[in-house]
Amino acid sequence: MSIVALNANPIPAILPGSGGLRGALSDLFWRRPKVLLLLMLLPPVLWLGIVYIGSLFALLAQSFFSIDEFSGLINRQFTLKTYGDLLQAANLDIILRTVTMAALVTLASAIVAFPIAYYAARYARGRWKALFYLGVMLPLWSSYLVKIYAWKLILAKEGILTWLLTKLHLLWLLDAWLSLPVVGGNSLSVSFTGTFIVFVYVWLPFMILPVQAALERVPGNLVEASSDLGASPGQTFRNVLFPLALPGIVAGSIFTFSLTLGDYIIPQIIGTSRLFIGQAVYSQQGTAGNIPLAAAFTVVPIVIMGFYLWGAKRMGAFDAL
Amino acid sequence: MTPAVSFQRVSRHFGSVRAVDAVDLDIVPGEFFAMLGPSGSGKTTCLRLIAGFEQPTAGSISIFGERAEGVPPYRRNVNTVFQDYALFPHLNVLDNVAYGLMVKRVGKAERHKAAEEALSLVRLPGYGARRPGQLSGGQRQRVALARALVNQPKVLLLDEPLGALDLKLRENMQEELKSLQKALGITFVFVTHDQGEALSMADRIAVFNDGKIMQIGTPEDIYQRPSTRFVADFVGSSNVLPPDFVQRYSGQHRWGSLRPESIRVGRAASGEGVAARLVSTNYLGATTRLALDADGLKLHAVVPAGTALPAEGEAVVLTFNREHLHLMGEPA
Repeated sequence: MSIVALNANPIPAILPGSGGLRGALSDLFWRRPKVLLLLMLLPPVLWLGIVYIGSLFALLAQSFFSIDEFSGLINRQFTLKTYGDLLQAANLDIILRTVTMAALVTLASAIVAFPIAYYAARYARGRWKALFYLGVMLPLWSSYLVKIYAWKLILAKEGILTWLLTKLHLLWLLDAWLSLPVVGGNSLSVSFTGTFIVFVYVWLPFMILPVQAALERVPGNLVEASSDLGASPGQTFRNVLFPLALPGIVAGSIFTFSLTLGDYIIPQIIGTSRLFIGQAVYSQQGTAGNIPLAAAFTVVPIVIMGFYLWGAKRMGAFDAL
Repeated sequence: MTPAVSFQRVSRHFGSVRAVDAVDLDIVPGEFFAMLGPSGSGKTTCLRLIAGFEQPTAGSISIFGERAEGVPPYRRNVNTVFQDYALFPHLNVLDNVAYGLMVKRVGKAERHKAAEEALSLVRLPGYGARRPGQLSGGQRQRVALARALVNQPKVLLLDEPLGALDLKLRENMQEELKSLQKALGITFVFVTHDQGEALSMADRIAVFNDGKIMQIGTPEDIYQRPSTRFVADFVGSSNVLPPDFVQRYSGQHRWGSLRPESIRVGRAASGEGVAARLVSTNYLGATTRLALDADGLKLHAVVPAGTALPAEGEAVVLTFNREHLHLMGEPA
């Protein structure tokens, strides 16, 4: 019966022709897959290679020029003088402050992100998973500036946080914290604590998503096997979950660390008048017109990230990849 | 003697699904106990109940006389060999095997020595420095076994450990597991859906279906004297005979079972017997399997290869010894 039905159709040719230009093109790609690969990679390689890396080298070159203090003109001769300027106490302060902030923000993001990512990877299913992605991504859809100004209102002296703590009779706690040196200030919105809180809030999705992806790849039976072999939940976390999530944490920390190193808007709106690297770059290339020093400042995060990745690799952070 | 593992009316329900339903079970210390059943029959859930990954919805479980409900897996001296081995990918083989000792805070030198010994036991000496990803399936299986044995468990649970291996390797591992169990004297609880594996390795077998145990007994009991139609059909695909048919030969109106190898097939002219038609023959190497149709009743027989057979479609006569016809307890 089915044989009859098959025979009723016109019998197709065994080797039908390629069928025009499009057919010839797909045949070419099939025979030489590298041609297709080349065509696909060419635009991004041109963009990254020439526009991105090129401008990075232009920047690097700028940092080896110097500025003529009297005329304000750039002296295009190789010198390490600008990097010497970077080592002045005021500039070193800026670097140290920024790196400390970036490290603390990264640490706090990892601590806050892990439980959220763990829940999403191991427990959330169906609509809860959708809700998780929505909750993590939604803040990324709204304007960065709007979020920061919203936080300014939350953290201001007359803001909602002060109001809430007053209602809870806990205002003394906030006042005690604000009276501390370095981290304190007149109100949270003009303190390093405020800068820290907003940094953690803004960069948190960049930590949650890679950690969640890493935990997602850990088979559930590894956790069971660890438990079966006598490991308490804490030991399972230290010996199995954490090492396997580490590549994700490192990936996330690259985002939180480098984004904090380079940002100049958050510390300008929320925080003290003391500068971070991003603000220093902004003012040096803008009002001060000292492009070489701005460029030298920009090289600092690149070098720090280089050392950070080298150290992470040495510590075996990528072994589980 | 205190049973190694004892289930009293144990149930485990997942919502409306009764994965394990009022199971009673006693596993004798030092025996090789197999849990046999199709997928979804509750055998793996029973294993997970012993390991502590699941808690019973009702009933009680004791391990060597101690009540096990509410005791987490890491406080049970019971170890599991997982179906897909569950080796830690970020640790080398030696640290995988030494893991159980490491979390019990045994010193590094001592635990590595014990791990080396366990690796020799499973015939993988000197493989310690490799990563699990560099091993073949059979080697990973041995590492998983060594990782469990190094803790000297009172009960070793094996969840279809040979399922992913090819036939030849599986047969080798069956023999090795069996002799290892004899040598160590540890109670083995082995979950499988392969009846051949259960019959060849186990001292006793529990046949599971629908969350219940259909029959517990020695391989011979299960194979020769199945108590229900399900057991007869599942363990070695016996011929299940309806009560009316059985009554003609035994005088009793009950379900019966007849092993395929107990049936003799003769030519139609050869006299007494059950008239049937030879539907098809399947050559299996050492034996030939015959599909038969006795007036609508589908039967099969297994005869040694090389037996002279009538052509397919011809009428034949079936004979068997009355004592090979087993009457089952299941109500007709």
